[in-house]
Amino acid sequence: MRIEALNGIAGRFLIALMALMAVGIGLAKADPVRGGTLNSTLWPEPPGLIIGINLNAPTLLPATKIFEGLLTYDFNLNPEPMLAKSWEVSKDGLIYTFHLRHNVKWHDGAPFTSKDVVFSLTKFIPEVHSRSRATFKRVQVTAPDDYTVVVTLKEPYGPLLRSFDAISAPIVPAHIYEGTNYRDNPANRHPIGTGPFKFDEWKPGQYIHLVRNDDYYIKGEPYLDDIYYRFIPDSASRALALESGQVQLATQNDLELVDVKRLNSNPSLKVTTKGWEWGSPISWLEMNIRRKPFDDVRFRKAVMYALDRNFIRDTIFFGFAKVATGPIHSSSPFYTDDVTKYAYDPAKAKALLDEMGLKPDADGVRVKIGLLGLPYGEMWDRLSQYIKQALGAVGVEVTLQPSDVAGWGNRIANWDVDMSTTYLTTLSDPALGVARTYLTDNQKKGVLFTNTSGYSNPEVDKLFAEAASLPDQDKRKALYDKAQKILTDQVALAWLVELQWPTVYSAKLKNVVINGLGPNGNFASAYFEK
Amino acid sequence: MRGLLRRFAENPAATAGLIMLAAILFAALTASFFFPGDPMAPRGAPLLPPDGRFPFGTDMLGRDVLAGVFHGARVSLLIGFLSAIVSVLIGVVVGAAAGFFDGAVDDVLVRVTEFFQTIPSFIFAILLVAILTPGVTSIIVAIAVVTWPPIARLARTEFMALRSRQFVEAAVLAGVPRLRIISREILPNAVTPLIVMGSLLVATAILTESSLSFLGLGDPNHISWGYMIGSSRTVFRQAWWLSVFPGCAIVLTVLAINLVGEGLNDALNPHLKGRVKFES
Repeated sequence: MRIEALNGIAGRFLIALMALMAVGIGLAKADPVRGGTLNSTLWPEPPGLIIGINLNAPTLLPATKIFEGLLTYDFNLNPEPMLAKSWEVSKDGLIYTFHLRHNVKWHDGAPFTSKDVVFSLTKFIPEVHSRSRATFKRVQVTAPDDYTVVVTLKEPYGPLLRSFDAISAPIVPAHIYEGTNYRDNPANRHPIGTGPFKFDEWKPGQYIHLVRNDDYYIKGEPYLDDIYYRFIPDSASRALALESGQVQLATQNDLELVDVKRLNSNPSLKVTTKGWEWGSPISWLEMNIRRKPFDDVRFRKAVMYALDRNFIRDTIFFGFAKVATGPIHSSSPFYTDDVTKYAYDPAKAKALLDEMGLKPDADGVRVKIGLLGLPYGEMWDRLSQYIKQALGAVGVEVTLQPSDVAGWGNRIANWDVDMSTTYLTTLSDPALGVARTYLTDNQKKGVLFTNTSGYSNPEVDKLFAEAASLPDQDKRKALYDKAQKILTDQVALAWLVELQWPTVYSAKLKNVVINGLGPNGNFASAYFEK
Repeated sequence: MRGLLRRFAENPAATAGLIMLAAILFAALTASFFFPGDPMAPRGAPLLPPDGRFPFGTDMLGRDVLAGVFHGARVSLLIGFLSAIVSVLIGVVVGAAAGFFDGAVDDVLVRVTEFFQTIPSFIFAILLVAILTPGVTSIIVAIAVVTWPPIARLARTEFMALRSRQFVEAAVLAGVPRLRIISREILPNAVTPLIVMGSLLVATAILTESSLSFLGLGDPNHISWGYMIGSSRTVFRQAWWLSVFPGCAIVLTVLAINLVGEGLNDALNPHLKGRVKFES
């Protein structure tokens, strides 16, 4: 349309109308607005802010705004650019080439180069990062120039490309950490990263304050001026703070799920369960296979049939959970539904126990066992009580064994337990987060979160080992499918539910949960709608 | 004895307390009759408000709150009375020895008593239960260990006062063995204030047990009022009945025991009561 051809009042009216329409379209698209302070809850107060030296959930939430990785991951855990703007993987799966962004600066003004990446991947992470150490000990890292990094494997390792997020492989400044004692470096108290927010202040017992990084490499981002992570010690107070608008964000274990149900109906708040895909937590009932009667697969199957996991999902976790079918989380690309399933069927459980020769005595008791419940609060206590009732109904008398967190961990790690409840993050790749619970050579007495149940099956060992070393996604999936079938058929663990940690946030806050890292993303694009 | 009963019955507050206590005892004794089976077992849908079928509603796992209140009475009264008895036994033995023997024995026992009294009692109880792992026995032990010092001090004072009385000196001169003097001569005359204090101790013990259970340090295999309140306080805004009914049970029980204890005190010390009346 030629505007100069439009004359007179009608023409001007038309132009005004078009301008209005343009504004209208603009509003509908809601361009991000600059400014505003985000207040988030954080509990408990973290021990530090350097990812790797600390890996607690409350460390990661603020620290992922300060530090970044080469990549980040979408909801399906596919890689997306972060400090690396692009990357290639060689056909044989041995050479990974990352092309770094050119305009990145550390918070102290020093330029970010491949030197920092080489230092982080080869020195810092292998030394301090308990979870990623094993992954990065497999690789050689070189830097042909300032903005290219080449990661070389001796043999293919499937999960490598899922190991470059800010949590698994944080990039730290070489000019500050190189040649120092990483754990005692003074910069640990004033972290220096590349992220969209800079560390400003930590008031013990009150808050951690992060401020906008004006030199961030994406023009215009971040939109928020600053972020406060406030330590509010009581879950009821945290829920109230959200309702009154004092804080605009809470996640993970911050809130009692029963409160989340209430907050969900509040129009000024939004609730999502997305954003914990990288963690993929599954809760389960672990049975010590070294002891009787748990060594008998019929007993373990009976336990599965005796538990109504729909009840656990709906009543104990208030619907913020999904019934788990096996060892791999349903959001993982390696998950299969084609496994042995155990619907709630107490009659079948009794029949299996009868078959084992565990006949009920005069009081209806077939066998007496102990249950060490996860001491993480009332929700987990209720889970223990439900298990006691449900197993009691088929004649398995359960004694609840109360404990504190340290005692709980100690007894499980030292195999001094009948049954226990727990949850574990199964992480972005089965080789990283799943295999550790089932591998025979990962039975390490005294170490928690290893194969503490005592499950051992050479075939499963072989499947996991092979799957970890293949570059081809489809071939890996076929192997994991097989492993899932065997593990569920033998009830290596009694998987209960996949936990769906809710993130509750102000309806005005946009772009909070935009990828698989959710509240652990860097919040560069988060903003408050006006 | 008849005078005692008459004096007790003349006191309306004490009578009311006794009736309340009888009702709670009734609940404890008939819990299995009215609510057979495990009170921890789900009976209906979760979080049902009070209605005809569940007069006190159901909790987060669908357990009947009324059944919990009835069965909880057993645990509360059992722990209350047993720990008070253990506490009185420890207190009387220590106090009697200290008051009767004097000298070095007295010094040592008084120092030990003071040592226990300087530790904040509830914190000490939490510590003991945590170390002994929560259970009915460990809670009774913990409550007894933190509550005996006042009993010991009372017993010591009584024994010291009675020791120099003529009937005791007569017994000593007659060659009666000391243990017999303590148990047959002095104790019966010192028992009145100890009974009163012991009865009030039952109320304290029930409150302590409730507080421990509220904090999650109760026996998870037995239902108790403190546990019921503690586990439902987070849903108070959604389900008031989970906390209110067991809370009322605790208040009524402790009130009843206190009224009975006061009534016993008045009935056993008629002179004291008369004086109080006269002055008022």
